[in-house]
Amino acid sequence: MLAAIGAGSLDQLFTDIPESVRLGRGIDLPDGLSEQEVHEELSALAGRNRHADEEVTFLGAGMYDHYVPALIDTLLSRSEFLTPYTPYQPEVSQGGLQVMFEFQTAISELTGLPVSNASVYEGPSAVAAAGYLAKLETRRTRLVASRGLHPHSRAALATHAAGYGMEVVEVPLTAEGATDRDALAAAVDDDTAAVFVQQPNFLGTVEELGELAEVGKSTGALIVCAADPLPLGILKPPGELGADLCVGEGQTLGNRLDFGGPSFGFFAASERFLRRMPGRIAGETRDLDGRRGFVLTLQTREQHIRREKATHNICTAQALNALAGVVYLSWLGKRGLVELAELMLRRTHYARESLGFDPINPGPVVREFAVRVPDLDGFVEKARAEGINPGYRLRRDYPEYEDGLLVAITERRTKEQIDALAALAAGAREEVPA
Amino acid sequence: MNDDTLTIFERSREGRRAFTPPADDVPQVPIEELLPAGARRERPAELPEVSEPELVRHYTTLSSKNFHLDEGFYPLGSCTMKHNPKLHERVAALPGHARLHPLQDPEYAQGALELMFRLQGALSEVAGLPHVSLQPSAGSHGELAGLLLTRAYHEDAGEKRTRVLTPDTAHGTNPATVTMAGYEVVKVGTNDEGGVDLDDLREKAREDVACLMLTNPNTLGLFDRKIEEIAEIVHDVGATLYYDGANLNAVMGLARPGDMGFDIVHFNLHKTFTQPHGGGGPGAGPIACSDRIEPFLPVPQVVERRGDNGSEPLFDLDVDRPKSIGKLRGFQGNFGVFVRTYAYIRSLGGDGLKDVSQTAVLNANYLKALLAEDGIGEYLPIAFDRTCMHEFVVSGRGAKEQLGVKTLDIAKRLLDHRVHPPTVYFPLLVDEALMVEPTETETKERLDGFARVIREILEEAAEDPEVARTAPHTTPVRRLDEAGAAKRPVVRWRPEAENGEAAD
Repeated sequence: MLAAIGAGSLDQLFTDIPESVRLGRGIDLPDGLSEQEVHEELSALAGRNRHADEEVTFLGAGMYDHYVPALIDTLLSRSEFLTPYTPYQPEVSQGGLQVMFEFQTAISELTGLPVSNASVYEGPSAVAAAGYLAKLETRRTRLVASRGLHPHSRAALATHAAGYGMEVVEVPLTAEGATDRDALAAAVDDDTAAVFVQQPNFLGTVEELGELAEVGKSTGALIVCAADPLPLGILKPPGELGADLCVGEGQTLGNRLDFGGPSFGFFAASERFLRRMPGRIAGETRDLDGRRGFVLTLQTREQHIRREKATHNICTAQALNALAGVVYLSWLGKRGLVELAELMLRRTHYARESLGFDPINPGPVVREFAVRVPDLDGFVEKARAEGINPGYRLRRDYPEYEDGLLVAITERRTKEQIDALAALAAGAREEVPA
Repeated sequence: MNDDTLTIFERSREGRRAFTPPADDVPQVPIEELLPAGARRERPAELPEVSEPELVRHYTTLSSKNFHLDEGFYPLGSCTMKHNPKLHERVAALPGHARLHPLQDPEYAQGALELMFRLQGALSEVAGLPHVSLQPSAGSHGELAGLLLTRAYHEDAGEKRTRVLTPDTAHGTNPATVTMAGYEVVKVGTNDEGGVDLDDLREKAREDVACLMLTNPNTLGLFDRKIEEIAEIVHDVGATLYYDGANLNAVMGLARPGDMGFDIVHFNLHKTFTQPHGGGGPGAGPIACSDRIEPFLPVPQVVERRGDNGSEPLFDLDVDRPKSIGKLRGFQGNFGVFVRTYAYIRSLGGDGLKDVSQTAVLNANYLKALLAEDGIGEYLPIAFDRTCMHEFVVSGRGAKEQLGVKTLDIAKRLLDHRVHPPTVYFPLLVDEALMVEPTETETKERLDGFARVIREILEEAAEDPEVARTAPHTTPVRRLDEAGAAKRPVVRWRPEAENGEAAD
């Protein structure tokens, strides 16, 4: 090969690299291992994590322990889905493109908004992307976010907004753990580009989205609803309640926990924002023979064409994770999604009642709820000793809920498991004199 | 007749299902009592109703319409389509990884945190920069992180800077990122050798410049020999130098961005470190940086806490970083991607990584030589005739003028040969560009085969250019009406009746 190149040695190919910046030594990393040895090392590391099959987990707070059907593993491990890149050559990418089109349709159905992109990185950065759209659309400088928005979403929004030059203002929650409508009304003004509300909110509260949207819209702000897509099986779609944009984390749709990623984010919008959306969008068209086909469309929004005037810098989306999402929704089907969401709703209310702790959000909740637990750390420790992870301690993000515990329910948490947690709760309540 | 272009929604028949819910074992309280009417959905979302066999067949059939890396050569320039070792999928799927909740207490996630900590160390060594954040979700996200870090760094020093320099050969993500980070884009020209035009850089590098974003080797596949002078010019005005790691596959173990003078680097784990591309994601875009940038890194950082003498180290998530730019996304990043990357690095070791880059460069130069031979070279001249790094750019100008076939036609004809075309029409400064990146995992026979196919296509075009102009001929669909798709966008399926109403 060197002869064909006309080079005398491999080193001759690197003469463009100035001597002074060459490494001049090996990379200081351990020697390579055989496949078997790597597998053993990685297995040993994995063995030092306590995963969701090794305890009964009520941990949620943004990612949830849902059952992932076997056919998702089968389909996602197909090389045809796993190993191509972005479908730049549509003639040999009809599979991936049609998946995107179907995904967009499913997300549009769930959110009640007519257009969706083909996925973005994940939830909180999708919220930040919505902020950037609001800036491009309104040219205003303020973003108003409910404190019920996931703390990571609020943080990501603030981090990104520092770049695109916007201020983020927070609206507190009421004593019932819902977004304070009066405080929202006071916070929005003529310079507010968008209002961010989460449904259900971080505490699990079903927000009165319609009323909040109305307040936000009164000053011309865009309404951005961050949503968990599974409860949307029974909740009124944000698009029907005045949301202009609905974004969120898609892990609950057939994706693994994976210690936080990769999963996917979704981004749906009213028709008028179609040309301002970030990310890839698949569209239906015809080929030269009139056959139905799919392409990446509206690419003049995108960075590789529009460069500095692009609607966003995202190019790699989360195609494989979004595939899991649409396969999962098709597996559940029209009726299965409702059944699953209703099951979660019933079990969530059952768990809140059974635990008997003082609820932080006593109103309607669909998959998660927050309670005040006397001697919270002691309770968590006792539960963990019994093989139960009772949930997320809120004080990390909400100092006002010092003794708050956020308990998540999925279809995997049986009545028996809930009852076991309730038995521990009963013990904890008795230990503390009233 | 089973129309294989039907969507899953069109395959739906009322009453069919794949899912059976688990037993609803709690008291059957009516839903109306739990959820007020105003919050309840009035009609179910119109998801498909299909059986499991039909569901599996539908997506298996769709998959068969994708060309993919496990099937054949995929020299897509700038995307580093190298083989994805199958072990990686297995270790990423271990329950201890795949079923680990991101908010699990650090004491019960020591394996995951140690893996991340070790990966930070390995990436730091490859980059030649002391600090790493694994958090960004993709290269573009890493770029944005880099500029937000630059902004925080300058603001901390009481400086307000407004402009960012990008070469005119830069990936489109660079200028898009600059705007999102609140800066103005200033383009820097390219010299006759395909490197940064130093005179132009000197003129534009003023005190209001925050950063120069650079890829080295650049998008032409050329290493910029003047990198030290570039770094000096940029640092002299107090700006940061950002390394777009898209092309890192060329220089691992040979030269390190940190040693070249770069302050911040992003890695594309889905390129250099062989995370499968997944049809367009997931990826991950960790960043490395110098000491002066470190205080501003995103939270959380994975840290090792050393206990008293003899006790085991404890790996933890550090959120107490007062100068941090904050969070770029949820949780700790795309951990599943980190597992694959870590497995890759452990498989290869330090010497193996160097071998990767040497072989990638060897393969690219060999293929470049094959494409310069008579019968090809006159139609597809190399854009800048120098030793290239891991990729190179040829121009389809000759083929267009002499044979009447454009770069697009050659690309489409390649599809009939079951070869994925190179990146086309990029970089923009090369007319009819074809950007070829073979990667180190291709054999000599694959490279010879690609050159042979290119030669055949050109010979065929000399006889009858119409074959290439109307290609592809053997794919599931022929060329698609992209203009029509953009003009009247149909971006979701609707039942026929609704489509009828929507038509104007």
